[in-house]
Amino acid sequence: MSLVSEGADLAGPVRAEVARLEPSMAGVGDYLALMKPRVMSLVVFTALVGLVAARGHVHPVIGFTAILCIAVGAGASAALNMWYDADIDALMTRTARRPIPAGRVQPGEALAFGLTLATGAVVVLGLLVNWVAASLLAFTIFFYIVVYTMWLKRTTPQNIVIGGAAGAFPPMIGWAAATGGIGIEAVLLFLVIFFWTPPHFWALSLYRTDDYAKAGVPMLPVVAGADETRRQILVYTLVLLPVGVSPWLLGHAGAVYAAVAIAAGSLMMALAWRVRSARGAAGEQAAKHLFAFSILYLVLLFAALLVESLGGALSRAAA
Amino acid sequence: MDERSPEDGIVLTEEQKRRRRARSIAIGLALGALALLFYVVTIVKLGPGVLNRPL
Repeated sequence: MSLVSEGADLAGPVRAEVARLEPSMAGVGDYLALMKPRVMSLVVFTALVGLVAARGHVHPVIGFTAILCIAVGAGASAALNMWYDADIDALMTRTARRPIPAGRVQPGEALAFGLTLATGAVVVLGLLVNWVAASLLAFTIFFYIVVYTMWLKRTTPQNIVIGGAAGAFPPMIGWAAATGGIGIEAVLLFLVIFFWTPPHFWALSLYRTDDYAKAGVPMLPVVAGADETRRQILVYTLVLLPVGVSPWLLGHAGAVYAAVAIAAGSLMMALAWRVRSARGAAGEQAAKHLFAFSILYLVLLFAALLVESLGGALSRAAA
Repeated sequence: MDERSPEDGIVLTEEQKRRRRARSIAIGLALGALALLFYVVTIVKLGPGVLNRPL
């Protein structure tokens, strides 16, 4: 009798155990998908800006090592998040094709993968760069997995507000990798991403409300309704506008950054206002536009800072 | 009756073998890259001093 036909006669939990013992069908691409490469690219970019803006005398190889470790740490967080959230991912259209709910990767494989990468990233960052950056990376992974994924995500509509801190740490880690400490500029970059996160995710949740409701995730539109979400998007965008300009106001960024932050911030404000006022199909379209532009907003601000920092470094080298 | 007996254990299909090989190669490459990274960072941090060891 074959193993498969034996399994068919077993009780549910035992059958599930047998299924877990099946040889893995995971391909290399599935493991890469576990690391959420698109999210990782934004993390790498913001961390790189933090590292360059710090103006520390970091050797390019050490800088590359720091960015690599931060990227791997972000990938580890994503894999652990997918391991823990596999049950709700299976219920949502947006996430049902992820490797675990699709059955290509077993939960245990994702857990082992995530823990190995997380430990490796922190230890290598500590040994090769410095332990302040490594401690921050370890805290970020802990915050994202334990505080956000395991605790806040399924219990409060403030999940992405508080959990957003995890996504805001990478530039601070980059800064710490370059300087061995934390400066006020790093805190400002943290605040920009922290206040950017709610309008970004709530715009997405406005047109994915049914998905989140089906999975029982208490996102703001599910718990408080679309109108309250639109109002809070506007409030957070109002806060984001001055926070986005603050690196220039406090003298840590130049005119290029100021122009980009004011222009992009104004456009983001206009889009948030449209989300607030539009309804029906136009309202959904407005939310999609805000979600898409919010990514561009963050990229533009950090790119402006990167250009200014690189320009400053080049002129210092020439002098 | 199935061709496999329980004593044979789990026999991998060709596709499973192919994927396992791909995973093994990826792990090998990652470990190789890590060894190279440690080598390069050692040179960067210590420079010529890497050879300057008291006997």
